Amino acid sequence: MNELAIKDLLYKLADDQLILGHRNSEWTGFGPILEEDIAFSSMAQDKIGHSLAFYTLLQELGEADPDTVAFTRNAEQFHNSQLVELPNGEYDFSLIRHFLYDNAEIIRFEMLSQSSYEPIAKVATKLKGEVKYHVLHANTWIKNLGASTEEAILRLQSALNEALPYALSMFEKSKYEQELIDAGVYGGEEAVKAEWLKRIQAVLEKTDLKLPDVESIEPKFGGRYGEHTEHLQLLLDEMAEVFKIDPTAEW
Amino acid sequence: MVIMPLTKENILTLLEEVKDPEIPVLSLVDLGVITGVEVSADDHVTVNMTPTFAGCPAMDYMKKDVERTLEKHGISNYTVNMTFDKPWDSNKLSEKGRQHLKEFGLAPPPKYDLILDLDILEHVKCPYCDSDNTDLRTPFGPTLCRSMHYCNNCKQMFEQFKPL
Repeated sequence: MNELAIKDLLYKLADDQLILGHRNSEWTGFGPILEEDIAFSSMAQDKIGHSLAFYTLLQELGEADPDTVAFTRNAEQFHNSQLVELPNGEYDFSLIRHFLYDNAEIIRFEMLSQSSYEPIAKVATKLKGEVKYHVLHANTWIKNLGASTEEAILRLQSALNEALPYALSMFEKSKYEQELIDAGVYGGEEAVKAEWLKRIQAVLEKTDLKLPDVESIEPKFGGRYGEHTEHLQLLLDEMAEVFKIDPTAEW
Repeated sequence: MVIMPLTKENILTLLEEVKDPEIPVLSLVDLGVITGVEVSADDHVTVNMTPTFAGCPAMDYMKKDVERTLEKHGISNYTVNMTFDKPWDSNKLSEKGRQHLKEFGLAPPPKYDLILDLDILEHVKCPYCDSDNTDLRTPFGPTLCRSMHYCNNCKQMFEQFKPL
């Protein structure tokens, strides 16, 4: 198997988790209610742990150590989708992003737990159990708020419309896509997207929210190839601030 | 100073001393994170561990604690590995561990078929009064491994060690 293809896959998984983990952590101390403050903080911790597991696999393939990889690259070296780097906005946007993202992430992990590349299969088998809680959290809130007051429905619908072009970019294909599928390493983005649409539709049907026609939306591609919004570099600068002052700092 | 023959059983007994730093009544052996102990012909001790949650900040601490405990008992020829080879799930908590959790005030996770659905989370037995009349408040809690619940019978919040 082409090692570059495996690394490309690991980088996109790890970078998505790291960047969304960082965004989730920005809710610490600011959640609309205490339980949500704790939920987003816990998911942040989980996601950063997941990114560490994938960066560790990369290190085993000869890449730099996880801290160096996480804290010293510039935006154009990141493979995350643009969805995860967008600012948190208000709670409605963060919740919609969390819903769209985690419903895709669990499908990736379910698929990767069957991967022919054993190190990924082992990590994915472990992480899919943890992401279930994230999906459960997102789906519960979307069902409750998406069928509640006029304001909640309006806000969530507008957040959904805004987030979708970015969410669809999660399924931007790798240049090694067919190779990974043929080798049984990964089921591929089209398969993830098809299953994702079914699952989010099943939740949205229980609410007053409408999924726009996704075929008519142009995805904000580029993230997997290092093209990002201006928000990513600002996030990275802040995230790496302590590391850049003193790479040996411990806390 | 080695005070006893190096056998797998003896090492496991030593490791009973190492507790979860966030739940000090629970040993790592009862928690189920020690996935294997091997003693080679030349007395090299290998301890394999696996994280409960991948992002658990206590795992590194637990690994160091295992190393400190081996050293304390005069074992210097050892390797402690942290791997996902045998991933942890909550069914790996021992019966003794479950009892200790309950006494500590944490509802132990139910044994389940590893297919997590809402029912499992919504019908948690209150560790204080044993009532099933409880509600899930949030699947997240003060540490990654805990969820928060409310008991309608004894009118108290309680936490559960989450099924995973």
